[in-house]
Amino acid sequence: MTDKIKIENVNLYYGEFQALKNINMNVKENEITAFIGPSGCGKSTLLKSLNRMNDLIEGVKITGRILLDDADIYGDMDATVLRRRVGMVFQKPNPFPMSIYENVAYGPKTHGVKSKAKLDEIVEKSLRSAAMWDEVKDRLKKNALSISGGQQQRLCIARAFSVNPEVILLDEPTSALDPISTMKIEDLLTEIKKDYTIVIVTHNMQQATRISDKTAFFLHGEAIEFDETEKLFSMPKNKKTEDYITGRFG
Amino acid sequence: MDRRLNNLKQRKVKSILLKSFVWLCGILTVGVLIYILLFILLRGIPKINLVFLFGEYNSETLSAFSSIVATIQMIFLSLIISVPIGVFCAIYLAEYAKRGSIAVKIIRLATDTLAGIPSIVYGLFGMIFFVNILGFRASVLSGVCTISIMILPVIISSSEEAVKSVPDTYREGSLGLGATRIHTVFRIVLPTAMPGILSGVILAIGRIVGETAALIFTSGTNVMKNPSLDLLSSQRTLAIHMYMLAGEGLPHSKDMAFATGAILILIVFTVNYTTTKLAGRIGRIQ
Repeated sequence: MTDKIKIENVNLYYGEFQALKNINMNVKENEITAFIGPSGCGKSTLLKSLNRMNDLIEGVKITGRILLDDADIYGDMDATVLRRRVGMVFQKPNPFPMSIYENVAYGPKTHGVKSKAKLDEIVEKSLRSAAMWDEVKDRLKKNALSISGGQQQRLCIARAFSVNPEVILLDEPTSALDPISTMKIEDLLTEIKKDYTIVIVTHNMQQATRISDKTAFFLHGEAIEFDETEKLFSMPKNKKTEDYITGRFG
Repeated sequence: MDRRLNNLKQRKVKSILLKSFVWLCGILTVGVLIYILLFILLRGIPKINLVFLFGEYNSETLSAFSSIVATIQMIFLSLIISVPIGVFCAIYLAEYAKRGSIAVKIIRLATDTLAGIPSIVYGLFGMIFFVNILGFRASVLSGVCTISIMILPVIISSSEEAVKSVPDTYREGSLGLGATRIHTVFRIVLPTAMPGILSGVILAIGRIVGETAALIFTSGTNVMKNPSLDLLSSQRTLAIHMYMLAGEGLPHSKDMAFATGAILILIVFTVNYTTTKLAGRIGRIQ
């Protein structure tokens, strides 16, 4: 499989504080890559650099290169184009305060789709991909804030699908959800990885072992170890990784 | 044991005292409001008749018709000028300006100062600048310009609060889909902030309707026989009509001042009610 994203010598600073230290890794197409590590280790920061959501924070400086299909995303690429290709699902479900339909149609409308029929089609397809079409097809006009947290999060995933991204970044997408909703989302991710490249940040090591192909362990802004998930969890090469996954800290 | 019981009793007495004090204050506030409303409405409403509402003005009828129209003109035109300026200014402050930048400091200083200036000072400024220097004469136009400046701080500060209270997660969600900043502002932030912006507009309308000092100097106290949409003519709003009638000394002018007051109150009620309903509906759609 080809490398979808290449991260080369990336350092990131919040003002004086260095949040990422010389990160090098490649994310393969059609795989799920998990980032694990204790809070503040830089895993979310790295995730957010992949679609330049860090640009929104004042005082962020980044060096090194991140390549998406061999194009430097911090080079000529327009941030809006990048974010269309690299979608994101956030830690807390954040549907817009509008109807379920409008939430999914927002992305394509933003990118210029006007025809009602086309929008209908995109909304249905996106909701189907997020395995929630049957649940909500009769109440598309209902306010998205009125559905459950788990449904809201799947709606956000559907919303991410709506602009036809190539990569989907998920920042602890299940940390605010109950076990059943979590399971649904995990099943969904394994189901869709054939069409997308997925990077997920998770606090939950079981989740990483359940769904990811590769896992990266972060500590204090460094990528300590990056390997096949199975290998990383069964025979970690680094002592720190071992300490973390066996629950000695974190 | 005994002491604990005593203590409990004391606390109960205290809480009863406090509760009654809270109730007393509540009743007092509502009571004063109701008293004022009844005082004006009971005197005013019986004097309202068709001629007063829609008739021609003369010293007999003292009709408020042209003043009603002037008031509505004043509200609409002032809002048309100051709402866009105020809302865009708020968007700049809340969404684009760097925190602590000089531009923000200057704008904030300006709005805070404008908000604290007594309205009669606006009146004097309007008279010198709009009436004399720009040559708008004592007219609705001069009044509108003056009032627009006066209500700008209200609109800016309430809109800024409303825009700031929109959760960042909405912005992230929109930007994360590849929307531009400006698209996010117009499609997500503004609609979400609309109820807050409207509440600022209600406040502003209240100020326009109630304003006298600033308007006497700018739009003048002239009363038209019949309503006129001539922006360059001097016209009095309802508040000024009421003020003038109260001081007129004609046999029935006091009564008619109350009638005008009653109309003013009814207009404010209607405006508040519809705006709140509107805000509620926008909120529900979201």
